[in-house]
Amino acid sequence: MTVFGIPTQALFGQLLIGLINGAFYALLSLGLSVIFGLLNIINFSHGAQYMMGAFVAYFALQWAGLGYWWSLLLAPIVVGLIGMTIERTMLKRLYHLDHLYGLLLTFGCALVIEGVFRHEFGSSGLPYTMPAALTGGYNLGFMFLPTYRAWVIVFSLVVCLGTWYVIEQTKLGSYLRAATENPALVQAFGINVPRMITLTYGFGVALAALAGVLAAPIYQVNPLMGSNIIIVVFAIVVIGGMGSIMGSIVTGFGLGMIEGLTKVFYPEASNTVIFVIMALVLLVRPTGLFGRAS
Amino acid sequence: MPTLVIAFVTVATLALAAPAYAQISDGVVKIGVLNDQSGPYADITGPGSVTAARMAVEDFGAAKKNLKVEVIAADHQNKPDVGSSIARQWFDAEKVDVIVDVPTSSVALAINQVTRDKGKAFLVSGAAASDLTGKACSPNTIHWTYDTWALAHGTGSAIVKTGGDTWFFLTADYAFGHALERDTEQVVLKAGGKVLGKVRHPFPTSDFSSFLLQAQASKAKIIGLANAGADTINAIKQASEFGIVRGGQNLAGLLVFISDVHALGLEKAQGLILTEAFYWDQNDATRSWAKKFAERQRNAMPTMVQAGVYSAVLHYLKAVEQLKSDDGTKVIAKMKEMPTDDSLFGKGTVRADGRKIHPMYLYEVKKPSESKGPWDYYKLRATIPADQAFRPLNEGECPLVKK
Repeated sequence: MTVFGIPTQALFGQLLIGLINGAFYALLSLGLSVIFGLLNIINFSHGAQYMMGAFVAYFALQWAGLGYWWSLLLAPIVVGLIGMTIERTMLKRLYHLDHLYGLLLTFGCALVIEGVFRHEFGSSGLPYTMPAALTGGYNLGFMFLPTYRAWVIVFSLVVCLGTWYVIEQTKLGSYLRAATENPALVQAFGINVPRMITLTYGFGVALAALAGVLAAPIYQVNPLMGSNIIIVVFAIVVIGGMGSIMGSIVTGFGLGMIEGLTKVFYPEASNTVIFVIMALVLLVRPTGLFGRAS
Repeated sequence: MPTLVIAFVTVATLALAAPAYAQISDGVVKIGVLNDQSGPYADITGPGSVTAARMAVEDFGAAKKNLKVEVIAADHQNKPDVGSSIARQWFDAEKVDVIVDVPTSSVALAINQVTRDKGKAFLVSGAAASDLTGKACSPNTIHWTYDTWALAHGTGSAIVKTGGDTWFFLTADYAFGHALERDTEQVVLKAGGKVLGKVRHPFPTSDFSSFLLQAQASKAKIIGLANAGADTINAIKQASEFGIVRGGQNLAGLLVFISDVHALGLEKAQGLILTEAFYWDQNDATRSWAKKFAERQRNAMPTMVQAGVYSAVLHYLKAVEQLKSDDGTKVIAKMKEMPTDDSLFGKGTVRADGRKIHPMYLYEVKKPSESKGPWDYYKLRATIPADQAFRPLNEGECPLVKK
């Protein structure tokens, strides 16, 4: 059986691969959405923070002998703390200004961070070995699925849905959302809003770092890995609706699959298809697929 | 992203230009190293090429010879439009006499034209497309280190000879990838092999799994990687994840640099067959030069592109010295006339179509157990003599040759 000349079996394989890439998109756009939805910061250093996550994993292994599983815990904490420092010392001062100032600041930070890493480690990247427990793979009949890729999908789904649950369904989440709407009132209830904002930013950044650790064994640990992916992820957030948590998760996975199909039918366009979709979506629904009109 | 024209200037002499060099434009020979300073090809070319150019100026002894030489550098970001606008600015406003390196064939082809229009000189080390000495050849350009024809006939034919007769190409979707695919396909077909399919991927690409799956489905014995740098690294790394080699297919990295092998690690890179014009551990002269280079370049050994920049700049300066002029067209003609000789590439010549001729080497990447330490990566499989390493002069369709 074939669809447009492509055997259906091959198509299943490509869809599954799209889903894997979608898992990265979802995890990264989730962090961006959390930061934008709750803090109104357009965090352009997300890509650099993703890259730093991968580097923390690399350093942990090289210098301290701490393996992949430790890095999954360690990298988000370390990079999250760095993010919080940036928020405390710099971003905090820009909240009363237009969004664009935050964008410029974080973009500048990203350039500096990436520049420093590139200067120190070059642009070819460093190898990171896959944890032994996740090597190998399964033969699904229509394709060979590496164990690690399966792990990426599952792990990313759990983190995404967990985050969505906390923000949309719990009391803590309701404080957060309330603080976005009316910080003064929430403060009046005795909640330390500035601290909550710092922690939220740290959490969004930690999600980026987590994606970085997940990516390290598949791609090179490369100073440029973030700048390659960040623009695509921003497009996904825009398509999903800026600040919509569920929107970014669904569009992340969905667009990963669409991109995967493009790679079969017209590979030359695989790096532009997402932007074409973004343009179309913005024409029809300027607030994005899941965004609420403000 | 804004155009970042980065870093520049060093080297010069104390003395003012002596009367002997009266025909040097504004008294200074200005060398512009234009390459990828920050992207996927930065380790292959990048700041290392700038260092190599400076080392050539020093070893030439410009200071002692009262010749004022200046080296500047810029980042073309692998974009033809950025590259040509820097080139124009360099030639028109900054009085640059020669542009060297320029990886990324699409950019090099653009600069090839700009240089010709302006009557300056262009020494290509980083770019690969054999069109630079073929249909697009120019009296102002010399293609120094390697090209897609040499890679195809080195690596490609070595693999076909050992039984790899069905191919699937993963090709970077721009001038270089297309040229490398075309030249390799010729070799495969000529040897009686077959090309079962090809996929053109965007440059740069980080995830190759989809393309690898298509290659796997083709059942071709060889998956030819007609790409370079970070793309090749990611493709090789992910191929091992998807069990491509265990499934009985083999990878052919058609352009693999030593910096790529270093980044992959020997565990993943072992057994790869590759074609190079230069390896640091060839002889005493290359070792001692590479050691000096590494001291200035964060302990990284030079790639063949960087070694090529050294060799090209050295020969260029010799021609300027003989000619006592830095007129682009005249210097290139002089460079073609004079035999080349330096410690890295040995004796060679530059052909009428602008092709620099020297032997090429077929290497195999060592197993981890065979390597004595970092950068000890290659063992020699064959030397391709200079007269066979590059496309015969009459087959390139270069208009300069017909005359």
